[in-house]
Formats: sequence, structure tokens, C-alpha cells
Amino acid sequence: MRMKVEVRLKPGHFDPEGDVTAKSLRDLGFPVSTVKVGKVYILEVEVSDRKEALKLAEDMCKKLLANPVKDDYSIEVLSP
Amino acid sequence: MNANRFKALVLRTGGTNCDLETKVALEELGVKTEIVHMNSVEKKNLLEYHLIVFPGGFSYGDYVRAGAVWGKRVLAKLRTQLEKFIEEGRLILGICNGFQVLAEAGVLPGNGVSETPSIALANNSSAKYECRWVWIRVENNETPFTTAMRKGEVLRIPVGHAEGRFLTGSEEILNELKRNEQILFRYVLPNGDDANGLYPYNPNGSTYDIAGICSKKGNVMGMMPHPERAFFGWQLPEWSGRPPERGDGWKIFKSIVDYLESYR
Repeated sequence: MRMKVEVRLKPGHFDPEGDVTAKSLRDLGFPVSTVKVGKVYILEVEVSDRKEALKLAEDMCKKLLANPVKDDYSIEVLSP
Repeated sequence: MNANRFKALVLRTGGTNCDLETKVALEELGVKTEIVHMNSVEKKNLLEYHLIVFPGGFSYGDYVRAGAVWGKRVLAKLRTQLEKFIEEGRLILGICNGFQVLAEAGVLPGNGVSETPSIALANNSSAKYECRWVWIRVENNETPFTTAMRKGEVLRIPVGHAEGRFLTGSEEILNELKRNEQILFRYVLPNGDDANGLYPYNPNGSTYDIAGICSKKGNVMGMMPHPERAFFGWQLPEWSGRPPERGDGWKIFKSIVDYLESYR
């Protein structure tokens, strides 16, 4: 099963990378007020049950992909 | 001084680059030091060592988050041994990337190991890699890592990191760190006054100017500045003039040796 995990900073958390990117885009003339930077992981998970796959991905976020102190995450099944 | 009855283990993995300086610093003080790669660490009995150091570097390319991959790998391979090591009151020091590892592995700031980290070392607020000399103040000199210093003493030690902004999961965790006197070093102005987040004295935007903390029992310590880069006088910015014999980083290693000599 192909899945997408997106990890980004929790709302309200200071995002220096996003701020610098926004500034640079504004320098180029784009009307950008804010940018939030995150990471996307595309995973091939070797299970066929959707529910089980979601649970696995959730576990992966808790154990490695996100640090609960600063990160939020979302999980999506892309294709079976 | 006869410190050569003490053994230290400096761990390394792909991307570690401060292992050798750390070893040189420890050996200069007479501690027998071995550098061991993560791939062969399982053959070692950790309990043969008095000190484990997680040195600085960019382990696993800082992928995912700095220290995350190594931190989890440490848990997967060494958890039981490490828990025993900590419980016995043996010493663990994490420098820079090593601090990030201890945070991600949940070894700091608690006692023992917790699956979920409660602190983070986030991207510097400057959004840059910060490589500079900073001043840190000793907040607690009653730990194995700070005995050779005075409380309130200001040390000059360099940092070099992109992810060093110390964050706690909640205000409560920060208060607990203060209450338990787990905050060992805070970034300050050169005269020792609070930096209050002022850049570049607080180089990364750390909460409460925190540069280094220890566990509740005090035998595990993590810090962002690099004491091994301020060990000899010739490593200091005034190296070409008349540098002192030793830099301030020496005091951290000396504290460790003094502690081992008096309690082991």
C-alpha cells in the first residue's frame, strides 16, 4: 500500500525556514504572506489492510517521523 | 592523577565527526577511551565503561530531524543495556548532535528512557547554521559534569549547529527542569548577564537561553556547545597570541574525571 505522511510544525510554532522562504518569495515580487515548511514521506507499506496501514503509519510518526514537542502530522492512503 | 582505571566509550556512526577530538580530550586527562561504531556496538558490554559519549556530527545526514535516526537506533539496539547503565548512575554525555540524540531517544530530560521525547532541538531561529563562540553560565555546579566550576562562572565554548533551539513540550516541563536544577548551562552575555534570547549571544533562540541540561539524577548530560573544541589553549581564538594552556571546555572533562575519582 502506498501512503503519504506529512510532518509539519504545530500551529503557532516558530518556523524560521518558512519565514526565510516567504521573504525570498516576496523579494521576487510574489504576494506571499506566510510559508510553512514541512516534510512529505511517501511510503510503500507491506500490508494490504487499510486500517492496519493507517495504524502502522501513525506508529511510525510517534516513534520516528515526528517529535510531538513541535510536530503535527497527517496520514493519507494514496493507493492500495 | 591516576584516571586510567576509568574507561570511556565514544560512540560513532555515519556522519559523526567529533569523535576523535573527544577521545583526545578524555585521554589527555588519562581516561582510557575507545571509539566504537554503532555497527559493532552490540559486541560490547556497556557496563565495562564508566562514561559513554555521544559526540558531535551530522549522524545519518541529519535526515528526518537532527539526532532522530541515531536516537531511535540507539533505542533499538541498546535500550536494555542503556537503561541499566543509567540506573547504575554511570555517566552519559551528549555533545551537540549527541544532545539531539539523547533528546530524540527520550533519555533526556527524564530518568531512564521514555518512548516519546518531551524536549526538542528545533531549527535555529536565525534559520542558519550557527558556528561561533558563545558564553555560557554555570547554573548548577553540583553535578558530575560541573564540579570543577563555580556556580555562576562564565565559560567560553563554541557552538556549531543548525538545530539547537531548545524547546520543551510544555511550560510544566520547563518549570520542572528549573525546579530540579537540571539546567546546567545558559547562554549569557560575555559579562555573565542573562542573554534573554538576544542574538547572537543566544545563538539559536533556545527557550530560557538553555544550552545544556542533565537528567533528574544528574548522571546524563546534553549540551549544544562543544567543550572538546575549547580544550587546549591553541584551540582558542587567541591561539596565535599568548593563549592560556587550557580552554574552558577542559573544565567539563576535568569535572567528569574528578567525579569518577571521588565516587567510583
